[in-house]
Amino acid sequence: MFKTFTAGIVLGLLAAGAALHFIPAVDQFREHSLIVVQANQGNSESFHVNVPIDRIMVGAQGLSNPVPTGLAWPREEQFADARVELFKLRNGKDTVIGIASRISASHSESGDLIEWVLHLPARGSAYVGMQPDALQGGYRAGQLMSGTREFAELRGPVTERWVADESASDAAGVGRIEINTAFVSTELDDE
Amino acid sequence: MKYLASLLLGMLVGVATFFALLYYNPLTSHNKLSPLSVSDNDLITLNYSAVAADALIYTNNGESRVAPHPSKVQQLWERPIRQSDVVATTLTDSRGQVVGLGVKFSSDSEKTKLLNSELIVDSVWHIYLPGQGTLFVEQQENYWAYLREIVIPAYWNSGDNWRGIWNGSITSGPGALGTARVVGGSGRFSGLVTEGVESLAAKAFSVKQGPVAMTAEVMIELPRPESESNPDL
Repeated sequence: MFKTFTAGIVLGLLAAGAALHFIPAVDQFREHSLIVVQANQGNSESFHVNVPIDRIMVGAQGLSNPVPTGLAWPREEQFADARVELFKLRNGKDTVIGIASRISASHSESGDLIEWVLHLPARGSAYVGMQPDALQGGYRAGQLMSGTREFAELRGPVTERWVADESASDAAGVGRIEINTAFVSTELDDE
Repeated sequence: MKYLASLLLGMLVGVATFFALLYYNPLTSHNKLSPLSVSDNDLITLNYSAVAADALIYTNNGESRVAPHPSKVQQLWERPIRQSDVVATTLTDSRGQVVGLGVKFSSDSEKTKLLNSELIVDSVWHIYLPGQGTLFVEQQENYWAYLREIVIPAYWNSGDNWRGIWNGSITSGPGALGTARVVGGSGRFSGLVTEGVESLAAKAFSVKQGPVAMTAEVMIELPRPESESNPDL
């Protein structure tokens, strides 16, 4: 019986080790990526944010209705022209696939800026800088400045556009922010 | 029958021994010293409170130990973002002056390997420092030492809490020396690519609330201009 007990200990050690080795401790849920392959290399993908339901935070000085309720935004003068927003990010099927931050600011020393960080837990993060001035048609153009994991080896343009929902009874502030990316692998630069 | 019971008892002892070895493994120790602490370059030090209630907002799936703040903030309950949390906070310099705003996204990493004492979280910072510019910090954090030396002892404590002094670097990559990758976006940081390290200083932890007294520090190295570092040029 002692031999059986000893064999049980060895089996237990092996089973625990095998379980930790083979069973993933973390398994991020993946939605199917809706990526369009472009004819002239690279691929494009569209994301969007439904406003107001996807707003997690809207922080700026002087807001009468900050999001979320109870947000205590800093009152320091240096943040007077800064606006920080957090959103849930959706794919083309209108499914939430990530979280995004948008920082816009105007400062005499650091200049005007609009930036996004798109964080997709199963895929990585994209750091995007936009031109402060909007183009014709309400588009704002930008570039992928850096990325992690899936976005680490990519480069390319990004656009953002506000599309108002005209059908809403109170159309002011109701709509969607469209973000379109067109990325190419940086490996193509070396060829 | 008694052989089966003996085998099962042995297996239980084996599993318990395995986890005890994993927990008490003396070969795993946490980084108390930041790799940047010996750098000759200038450093930007940004501090924040790691207590959720001190943040501008903190949110997660709503079922975790740490409650979202403020209470009416949207929760990240959708499946693709359920294992993530986000915090927006003010950042202070070493003198305690508010110098910026930061947003940190953290997601449990599929690189987690408990067998190797790696409890990995993929995180990115989006930082705005008025008058200076913006930064993007990409890092992998290893919370194994934090789990082993704070969280589990808190569960073992009859009061369901931990008190003490714990300092440690949580950044474990992607840099070879366990540093974060930092990219400048605008202002004086435009075009900058450098390294950073995030560390925690914990004093109290509660099983029910999570961190009770804990601060964090993000240290970013600013490389000297070429002409300064190579006076011969």
